[in-house]
Amino acid sequence: MYQYDEFDQRIVDERVRQFRDQTARFLAGQLTEDQFRPLRLMNGLYLQRHAPMLRVAIPYGLLSTRQLRMLAHIARTYDRGYGHFTTRQNVQYNWPDLDRVPDILADLASVQMHAIQTSGNCIRNVTSDPIAGVAADELEDPRPYCEIIRQWSTFHPEFSYLPRKFKIAVTGAEQDRAAVQVHDIGLRLVRNEAGEVGFAVLVGGGLGRTPIIGETIRPFLAKRDLLSYLEAILRVYNRFGRRDNKYKARIKILLKETGVAAFTTQVEQEWQQIKDHLVLDDTEIERVKAHFTEPPYENLPAELPGAVAQRTESDPAFAAWFRHNTFAHKVPGYRIVFLSLKPPKVPPGDLDHRQMDAIAELADRFSFGEIRVTHNQNMIFADVRASELHALWTELREWGVATPNINKATDIICCPGLDFCSLANASSIPIAEEIYSRLDNFDYLYDLGDLRINISGCMNGCGHHTVGHIGILGVDKKGEEWYQLTLGGSSANEAALGERLGPAIAKPDVADAVTTILKTYVELRAPDESFLQTVRRIGITPFQEQVYGHH
Amino acid sequence: MVIIKDGRAIAGEWLHLDNDAAIPPSGQVTVSLHRWQAERTALMARPEPVGLRLEAGDAPDAIADDLQRFPLIVLSFATMADGRLFSLARLLRERFGFAGELRARGDFIVDQIFFLNRVGVDTFEPTEDISPEAVGQAIRTFSVRYQAATDEKQPLYRRERR
Ligand code: SF4
Repeated sequence: MYQYDEFDQRIVDERVRQFRDQTARFLAGQLTEDQFRPLRLMNGLYLQRHAPMLRVAIPYGLLSTRQLRMLAHIARTYDRGYGHFTTRQNVQYNWPDLDRVPDILADLASVQMHAIQTSGNCIRNVTSDPIAGVAADELEDPRPYCEIIRQWSTFHPEFSYLPRKFKIAVTGAEQDRAAVQVHDIGLRLVRNEAGEVGFAVLVGGGLGRTPIIGETIRPFLAKRDLLSYLEAILRVYNRFGRRDNKYKARIKILLKETGVAAFTTQVEQEWQQIKDHLVLDDTEIERVKAHFTEPPYENLPAELPGAVAQRTESDPAFAAWFRHNTFAHKVPGYRIVFLSLKPPKVPPGDLDHRQMDAIAELADRFSFGEIRVTHNQNMIFADVRASELHALWTELREWGVATPNINKATDIICCPGLDFCSLANASSIPIAEEIYSRLDNFDYLYDLGDLRINISGCMNGCGHHTVGHIGILGVDKKGEEWYQLTLGGSSANEAALGERLGPAIAKPDVADAVTTILKTYVELRAPDESFLQTVRRIGITPFQEQVYGHH
Repeated sequence: MVIIKDGRAIAGEWLHLDNDAAIPPSGQVTVSLHRWQAERTALMARPEPVGLRLEAGDAPDAIADDLQRFPLIVLSFATMADGRLFSLARLLRERFGFAGELRARGDFIVDQIFFLNRVGVDTFEPTEDISPEAVGQAIRTFSVRYQAATDEKQPLYRRERR
């Protein structure tokens, strides 16, 4: 993975010094709350319902074990012992003291981490495919470009006071696991007719209040032009994006109001003026790429080793985990292992400091000392020898991160909601727990197949409810918590926004409604048809009839 | 209001004329883009130079040929959060070749001076006083600059051996 050089290190060190000074000035009354707000937000610091919340960047989801141990240390030293992994490849701490945040940042800087631009109206943490580099369907590893974009966007002098937040995602694979269609800018590595690899550029996707699928404004962009093209898009957005209404300030609204064709022309004209002044050199691409070389894989047979194969026959619990939590690797003899951060009765995405330390230790032993975090709020060991799967499973199970439910109905994405977030209309964690408790039968869970349930506590959509196969959105009705359900959303290749099922549902009835939806699916599905396929085939009416007919 | 230029506080020798104020027969004045466009001939007939004031939403393209004649362009910050002026500054410097004094004036804070300096602003006239030392420190907040901008013509990867 990428290692900081002296320049990268200096910039995070200087950031710590700057934020220490800003915090001191705020605490001494020399900065007003209004003045401090944008400064602290650009360091991922919110003043929340109970205490400040600090959001730390995990650039494109990659962590070394040294970094994960530091996250554990921070949870233990400055917080209440745990951290929350989010849908944007960040980690959040819910209980730090404001005056100790500079110390946390200093600790992070000591392991090449930061909280720079994890909030605020600026370019946010760049996200990517969590199995980048080991995916069999990959044209090229997207992570070097993520790192190049990370550096370009860090303290960009022109784009630090945008109309609104700005999110960029990059994928290099056929299957889109980075949700590039629902980002402000989505980049997809593609090959053109001449055989060169470059980027398809999508703009204007996004979740939140006005969910929209992004538009391709350029089918092919040469690598040398990556930064100048981003700069052209950002400049058009910075100058012409709406600033009069924060709900209309994202680039998706500008794109819609300007029209895709006119917007594209504006960007292209701007780009023509700057493209020769800002060239991404091959030498720089190669320099960064050199940090993402393959680990020293062994030459191993492709078949599953006999002892492990036998366990999948004799031990049903292991077999279930093998089947649902491990995936094919591009190198023979290796598997990609998902750690489920969705055991029963724990808020999705939460880990305590002992678990983090233990996971770091296991990653050192089993997966070349690297961990990925996913936007589904799970973790990945990308390079596990198949022969060691059983040994690893035994230990992961002890730490509660081997629930065999990856991509299943209990692998719920859920934002912090009313329990922590000051913007929430309704709670989300208790809803997740209630749905989870109805799905405790694994045979039923597996029979339901791949299923994504996403829950957000308000329209901001941090729980990505609009792209859930089943989406659940908390709304406030005269001070009570109600929930709006949608069906058929997806952020994968065939991205779609969920369709509204009907009137909002009262809190005590939400889990029942979900149970009814699942039952209806089981009754009406065609052989081998997934939930999403069924919804797309038959539409939402049969589900409406069942859910609302009962009430 | 203090004005900081080249590390020193300077005197406010410019009169920033409101749109409805009469144009004085002499003395240095700045006018809005609108007024410049409306009263260009009369303003050019004055013995002393005229400076231009731009707001965040102004597009200088319409008077691109005039820009060189202003010794001073003032970027008026109505609110510190309005980042359009950062793009405007770069365009003035890098696209329109404006070489005169570029001044940030109004509601911005010391923590933004690092960025302002990078996009070509060289004079600071904040609503809340900032000392010359603080301005100097702010400009030096970060010793590493990844991007090309007005101050650095090339990105870091072309400037340094990495
Ligand atoms: S979706 Fe709303 S409630 Fe949930 S974390 Fe985001 S802002 Fe908070």
